[in-house]
Amino acid sequence: MVKGLAPPVVELRGVVCQFGDNLVLDGVDLTVWADEIVALVGGSGSGKTTLLRHIIGLNRSAAGEIFLFGEPLWAGNYLDQQNRRRRFGVLFQQGALFSAFNVGDNIAFPLRELGVVRENEIRDLVAYKLAMVELEPEHALLMPAELSGGMVKRVALARALAMEPELLLLDEPTSGLDPDRSAAFVRLIRRLQRQLGISVVLVTHDVATLSSLAGRVAVLADRRIISAVSLEETRQLRHPFIERFFGPSAAMD
Amino acid sequence: MARPSLEIDARGYCRLTGTWTLGELARHLAQIRLQLQAVPAGSPWRLQEVERLDSFGAMLLWQRWGRRWPRELEISEELRGVLTAVAAHSGKPLPRPPLFTPLAALVLLGSLLFSFLHHARDLVTLLGQLTLDLLFLLRHPRQWPLKELSANVHKVGVKAMPVAALVGFLIGVVLSYLSAMQLEAFGVEAYLVDILGLGIIRELGPVLVAILVAGRSGSAMTAQLGVMRVTEEIDALATMGISRTIRLVLPKVLALTLVMPLLVLWTSAVALLGGMLSAKVQLGTSFAFFLEKLPQVVPMANLYIGLGKGAVFGLLIALVACHFGLRIRPNTESLASNTTASVVTAITTVILVDAMFAVALRNVGVPL
Ligand SMILES: Nc1ncnc2c1ncn2[C@@H]1O[C@H](COP(=O)(O)OP(=O)(O)O)[C@@H](O)[C@H]1O
Ligand SMILES: [Mg+2]
Repeated sequence: MVKGLAPPVVELRGVVCQFGDNLVLDGVDLTVWADEIVALVGGSGSGKTTLLRHIIGLNRSAAGEIFLFGEPLWAGNYLDQQNRRRRFGVLFQQGALFSAFNVGDNIAFPLRELGVVRENEIRDLVAYKLAMVELEPEHALLMPAELSGGMVKRVALARALAMEPELLLLDEPTSGLDPDRSAAFVRLIRRLQRQLGISVVLVTHDVATLSSLAGRVAVLADRRIISAVSLEETRQLRHPFIERFFGPSAAMD
Repeated sequence: MARPSLEIDARGYCRLTGTWTLGELARHLAQIRLQLQAVPAGSPWRLQEVERLDSFGAMLLWQRWGRRWPRELEISEELRGVLTAVAAHSGKPLPRPPLFTPLAALVLLGSLLFSFLHHARDLVTLLGQLTLDLLFLLRHPRQWPLKELSANVHKVGVKAMPVAALVGFLIGVVLSYLSAMQLEAFGVEAYLVDILGLGIIRELGPVLVAILVAGRSGSAMTAQLGVMRVTEEIDALATMGISRTIRLVLPKVLALTLVMPLLVLWTSAVALLGGMLSAKVQLGTSFAFFLEKLPQVVPMANLYIGLGKGAVFGLLIALVACHFGLRIRPNTESLASNTTASVVTAITTVILVDAMFAVALRNVGVPL
């Protein structure tokens, strides 16, 4: 298998996270390979967002190791870390668009930060990224406050893609969207993943999203990843959380 | 990852190798741009050895080619797909924000006038709404936002006491020290009590506290209302049938109006204490003499003027703060500009109104 050649995109070993007395993660192990989509599922408040924040280096784990693209997350000096951070894109749960910038400037922001891309190139790239997430060029002038929930997610996705990331981290990309929009957004993510050949880690609550998107399902329960196998195999597992999550009521829809 | 590079090979082809991705290109971009420019026009291109091409690399090439496919191009189907996708959206200008023209300048000037009128109208509306709310509350005493009122009194009054005392004390010391030096030169040290008494009680106390409170509590009120707007908390209140003016604005305005005279009293007292200490040290004026002379040379009217000004300033600061807070749009820029505007307007208004007080009350409480 090709897997053996390149190092895994994300590798977590025994990650521990504690807020005060609240032990949220206790020895999380997870490996994400290039080109694959891994869905992270777990109950509300089980620490999915927290785990994602550890992967992108917003939180620092109390114990354990995190490797991105084969290198320790915190290795190297400031510039090395900055370069590492530019290799992934993140879609936050609420979009986290810069409210003082319009849509176009939001997408252009990371490119401008790079300091080497020219304005006419940025305009081409913004137009392209907008089209990529199925928005119109006219939307570039809108302010984040003028966008609907679905559009916020699309713009945030376009911004996450602006730096041509090799890894995309999505926190509940379909929450807050109606089933129609949510299905369209999932199709969009899948198309982009195939087209760009990137790895995707996404947090989701939605069984429909799971079945149409995920290659593997990582189940976060009891403060650790209890399994990370394909959806079919996950359904066979005997665990109270999995049985509730994929149980009879979930199977209905 | 191989470094992106290009060279002209033996057959005259421009041969590209390496990973042409943003991450790699960004490091050598200046050099790559020069090399791209140096490729002779009409050269054939060979992209088959490119390991990876992302939309940035594709856009770079496409712009170099003048947004046309070169006459001769050797490329894999996969990379051609990437280029085609980028080409489809290249050169279509994004809509630009409208430019600034002389007409726009004129419009801006006019809109400044209108925005001033809007501010004035909104402020009057707010004041009117608060009056109506008060009338409503008189008829429905159970609806009084007493908890909010007391919380605000604590926040804007009690918590402001230490800093007000510190500032007042220092100003008192400095004022006393500097005046004493001048008075000593003329041999009229006894007038120090007049200067300090009148200056602090009538003028300095209220204005000092107003500026302090505008910076401290005015900005906080504006920012709080603004963030509540941004997070839709104000809308949430409205859907629960709770009036935002009664629950959010009125307690702030009432609290500040009530508390400001007390703060003025407190600050003036501490400032006089500072002045008295300084006088003792510099001139040897005894506390007993100072305290005995103060009521004789400063008519009582001055105290009422000082406290009255405090109440008016408090009302103005809270009104201005809430007015700007309710205008904040849901973005960080608006939050910042309205908070600044709130403090600046409040301080300016306070000083303007203080000048009006000075003119209107020029015959009251000044011993001739
Ligand atoms: N910054 C924080 N400080 C304290 N506790 C936190 C913080 N962030 C998250 N938590 C706690 O960690 C747990 C997991 O939260 P989160 O990762 O947001 O869950 P979810 O799986 O719903 O995304 C929750 O119990 C939450 O209260
Ligand atoms: Mg979450």
